[in-house]
Amino acid sequence: MATSRPLSPHLGIYRWRVNMLQSTLHRLTGLFLSAGVLLVAWALIAAAAGNHAWQIFTGVWLSVPGQVLLFLWTWSLLFHLVNGIHHLVRDMGLNYGPPRRDRTHNPVYWSTGWLVIVASVVLTVIVWVLLALHVGGGVA
Amino acid sequence: MSAYPGQEGMRNPLKVALGLGSSQSGVHHWWLQRVTAVALIPLSIWFLFFIGGLADASYPAVLAAVAQPVHAIFLIVLSVTLFWHGALGLQVIIEDYVHTRWWEVTLQIALRFGAILGALACVLAILAVWLTGVAYN
Repeated sequence: MATSRPLSPHLGIYRWRVNMLQSTLHRLTGLFLSAGVLLVAWALIAAAAGNHAWQIFTGVWLSVPGQVLLFLWTWSLLFHLVNGIHHLVRDMGLNYGPPRRDRTHNPVYWSTGWLVIVASVVLTVIVWVLLALHVGGGVA
Repeated sequence: MSAYPGQEGMRNPLKVALGLGSSQSGVHHWWLQRVTAVALIPLSIWFLFFIGGLADASYPAVLAAVAQPVHAIFLIVLSVTLFWHGALGLQVIIEDYVHTRWWEVTLQIALRFGAILGALACVLAILAVWLTGVAYN
């Protein structure tokens, strides 16, 4: 990979911003969710295969390690979802132009970036509280 | 608006003539990633409610839920879009981090076959439950 071309500066030169955390988490949760897609496939195939296969599936995912993984998958999905919406809004160029680049005002997406992370955690807790209420506190 | 045929905005006409840059399918991946992402917003929210409602359901209840036509169709669209969006994302991760050419090509091909196989398996499983759902109950 040796090259004499001028290359863009490496990550270390940039001041840390929340969008770096969002970017990293988006990729990591995306990777983890790709494994989660296989879990969806497993569920559907087990349901189609019959009661025995379904009992094996629920046995694995109702166990404590299974529940911990499902909790992490819930947060991953919600973070990827909320951050993805945030990303789509930024793709449309909202608050992204020169008027906000005068270095005296922080771009609004710095604070909304933190909001995305907080919202993903809050939503995950809400989902699992609702689940516990729905099941009657007997899942995990 | 355009000074040269084929020129749009700030595009260099020589670039257009030589067919360089993203003049053919460069934006295709980016666009599909956004289209599948937008589709997955309502689908994944629906899916959370769907599996949340089935958290303590019995096997026959799960089959009955999947076999409902609206649910089955949503699940089919969701499965295909999930594997599609996931494959688009994993493709970029492989491009970014795998620098050994033969290994990169192998992974990219395996990813595409794997994604199609996974989506196909999901669709067939949903159809199996949907079309035979009555027999289980």
